[in-house]
Amino acid sequence: MSADSLYQQIILDHYKNPHHRGLPDDFDAEVHHVNPTCGDEVTVRVKLTGGAIVDLGWDGEGCSISQASTSVMSELVVGKAVDDAMALQDKFLSLMQSRGNATLSEADEDELDDAVAFEGVSKYPARIKCALLGWMAMKSAVAEAGWGAGTNSAGETA
Amino acid sequence: MTSVGFDVEAVRKDFPILSREIHGVPLIYLDSANSAQKPQVVIDSEADLYANHYANVARAVHTLGSEVTHAYEGARDKVAAFLNAPSRDEVIFTRNITEALNLLAYSLSNASTFPGAQRFRLGPGDEIVVTEMEHHSNIVPWQQLAQRTGATFRWIPIDDEGRLVESAIDEVITERTKVVSFVYQSNALGTINPVRRIAERARAVGALSIVDAAQAAPHLPLDVQDIGADFVAFTGHKLYGPSGVGVLWGRYELLADLPPFLGGGEMIETVAMSGSTFTAPPHRFEAGTPMIAQAVALGTAVDYVTALGMDEIREHEKALTAYALDGLQAIDGLRIIGPSTSLDRGATISFTLPGIHPHDVAQLLDEQGIAVRAGHHCARPVCLRYGIPATTRASFGVYTTSDEIDALVSGVKHVQEIFA
Ligand SMILES: Cc1ncc(COP(=O)(O)O)c(C=O)c1O
Repeated sequence: MSADSLYQQIILDHYKNPHHRGLPDDFDAEVHHVNPTCGDEVTVRVKLTGGAIVDLGWDGEGCSISQASTSVMSELVVGKAVDDAMALQDKFLSLMQSRGNATLSEADEDELDDAVAFEGVSKYPARIKCALLGWMAMKSAVAEAGWGAGTNSAGETA
Repeated sequence: MTSVGFDVEAVRKDFPILSREIHGVPLIYLDSANSAQKPQVVIDSEADLYANHYANVARAVHTLGSEVTHAYEGARDKVAAFLNAPSRDEVIFTRNITEALNLLAYSLSNASTFPGAQRFRLGPGDEIVVTEMEHHSNIVPWQQLAQRTGATFRWIPIDDEGRLVESAIDEVITERTKVVSFVYQSNALGTINPVRRIAERARAVGALSIVDAAQAAPHLPLDVQDIGADFVAFTGHKLYGPSGVGVLWGRYELLADLPPFLGGGEMIETVAMSGSTFTAPPHRFEAGTPMIAQAVALGTAVDYVTALGMDEIREHEKALTAYALDGLQAIDGLRIIGPSTSLDRGATISFTLPGIHPHDVAQLLDEQGIAVRAGHHCARPVCLRYGIPATTRASFGVYTTSDEIDALVSGVKHVQEIFA
């Protein structure tokens, strides 16, 4: 396996041993997203409390990029303030849109953590949607749970 | 391994792209069913037309106009000979096979108001038949035609081995059937269908028969008189020709009564503000400036494969297919989607691997320089039939070698190791 392979060990590890896989019974919103090119599917459930993602679980099937990326995403956002999770989602989105030319600061790398392993995906337009699937589902689920629509960052209705 | 008289190494020298490297290793192109690579003569043919003979066809009286018209109509002659068509006027150039099939579907619906086209009219109670293994371009136009006319859309199912259910041919094609459109060789399964048998059944019930020969034209000798169907279509880019050109062949007596699809220049007889009349086939179906250079280069591609010999190509690919089926089926867990032996099947092999998504297989093979396709291959009903989201598909052409198949087999094993 060459060093510039798309399939970094981290990705393979998350694919084989996914984190936060399984749908929790206690949740505020559930969304189901599909990537028509690979036929990847993911269902995400979130629970928000006090402006933070206190729980997130998912189930899905599809290519390793989509499943591993969802696993990495869940690992990163559970326990985060929703604002921070959204900022991170944004950062990951920019990384995916970088066409292989991302310049990440050390702080970015720290924040993105395992998600940095997906940098190579940005060179393959056909696979970017795979890597984004779980992240987009998380964003929709948070929105569906009422975040951003008439709520402030303290999670209270304005 | 390959048949005597077919020098694959010499053939490979004709294709400049085969000397490319991908990720630092030589390209192994196993995606010809998707689109074939181009020999230098085809590339040169298009360039030569632009460099030395270019003008518009059919309208100019000047020298270049005559030369280009001669070249364009010459390509029609070549295609007619390639198909063993009784007449050159039965060959219509289209953008691709998708347009050829849509041309037919729209001409048939235009028949509902076109004078003298009563025989082509479809309505409630009539049936349009396809098969479960069609490419989307031979499904969607017929679903749309059924919707426009109120006709019923039906299909011949496939069995577990990826073949048409033989007994269903006579059950589904009945006196109510008006159109039967079916694939010669499946792009998703590799299956070669009993086209003569289906065309005969269609004729017996008085239905029009249409053959999608997109995957047959590059691999088998095509003889429209022998097939016995009413229409046969193929697409140039899979036959080592340029993209942007396809062919619809139809029996002249049918084309002569069929209403046009697109209206515009070159397809008319007279035009007045009070109304227009239309010219005879094939030009009735070629409105506007056609794909001139592409049609001419398709003629060159036809010359190229004819010189190699369609029978020799078939034998070469048959040997490769048998070899690949053996090699692939020896891989642990690998499942062939389609016929598992080389009987009545072409050089296109779809497969799945347990626990590894086809997109991951294709991407990891690409990292080893091997180009294959992953997905539903625009034949989603086939995937639904076998309960799988997608397959990995390797497809071969005139330039494919047994070494490349060895590389595929070891490449797939390597993918399995990565995911083990
Ligand atoms: C059997 C079959 N029919 C139709 C098509 C459509 O060809 P085109 O996209 O050139 O119109 C294809 C190409 O994938 C095919 O394999």
